[in-house]
Amino acid sequence: MAVSAYEVIATQTLGSAAASVTFNSIPQIYTDLVLIASPIATVDGSSVYIKFNGDTGSNYSRTTISGYGSSAGSTRTSNATFIGSGWQVGGGTTSPSPHIYNIQNYSNSTTFKTILFRSNFAPYGGLSEVTAEVGLWRNTSAITSINISYLSNFAIGSTFTLYGIKAA
Amino acid sequence: MSRFDNRSRVSTYIQSWVSGEPDFGAFESIATTTVGPAGASTVTFNNIPQTYKHLQIRCISRSAGTETVEGGLLMVYASPHANNAYWHRINGNGATATSANSGGESYSTFVSFITKSTDTASVFGVAILDILDYADTNKTKTYRSIGGWDSNGSGNISMGSGLNRDASAITSIALALNSGSNFVQYSSFALYGIKG
Repeated sequence: MAVSAYEVIATQTLGSAAASVTFNSIPQIYTDLVLIASPIATVDGSSVYIKFNGDTGSNYSRTTISGYGSSAGSTRTSNATFIGSGWQVGGGTTSPSPHIYNIQNYSNSTTFKTILFRSNFAPYGGLSEVTAEVGLWRNTSAITSINISYLSNFAIGSTFTLYGIKAA
Repeated sequence: MSRFDNRSRVSTYIQSWVSGEPDFGAFESIATTTVGPAGASTVTFNNIPQTYKHLQIRCISRSAGTETVEGGLLMVYASPHANNAYWHRINGNGATATSANSGGESYSTFVSFITKSTDTASVFGVAILDILDYADTNKTKTYRSIGGWDSNGSGNISMGSGLNRDASAITSIALALNSGSNFVQYSSFALYGIKG
């Protein structure tokens, strides 16, 4: 009988504002990870930042494509200290900005780690955006921890759930 | 040992550690192929069970070729479909967003861009492909894809959709490169079934 391949690893729901959330000691028994984040801002106007294994070096980059409601564009960031999402968090303290990260083959020690994710920020105060991104962490180490943050605190009620997907 | 390390100044989290329960029982692994040292020109999943509602393929891959354009990952049809396959995509190369399409394809349709041999070593492209209602013989078959690669100064991200105007149930799926090159070692393709 087939066994479910999609499992919850951990969930964090903020009971008070927090500058970042970290998932540590990630089990190495899955093929892919999916992180579903629904952060709420305490201040407007910032990307959400994701980092791996505590690496704060300039080892991250990304390529984006975004729609702004009336036009589309593509951007690139190189030699960054994190992989940032689009201009995603904002809209006051009650509007979450969903982010879904796919971190594939996170436990192999051969390839650099490439992630795919989508994020969006519904219209508010003249700002809106829907974005798809591919990000790179130039490191072959297995991912054992994930840190997610932005320029200020995440607000109460922000949720972060990490899933693991097994392969046959 | 704590599973979490919240270094923020606020510590009042509601946390839960759930190891395998509850699971998402509707999402099951069907098969996985990892390319060996010899490379592979095509990756094929045969004898796909007809017991699911949808399929998902999750892959990392890299071309062994030296294409002048990025290695395009394609879905390849087992037999010609007489100009009945179509695709659209939107993609961004870090500077501009563009869209393209092709109609009346017989053999293959676009899925994603991936890295090629002249890109930085160890950088692979990634893609996720959703194939909806693959076993429904009343519908032609449509899939959507998201994929891309980044190499710290170059890259491409795309979202695509493909249509095969054939209502037959999908029993096999093949993936290959637009250039005809091989996938390199460590390229990996995982097929999942989603119950409905």
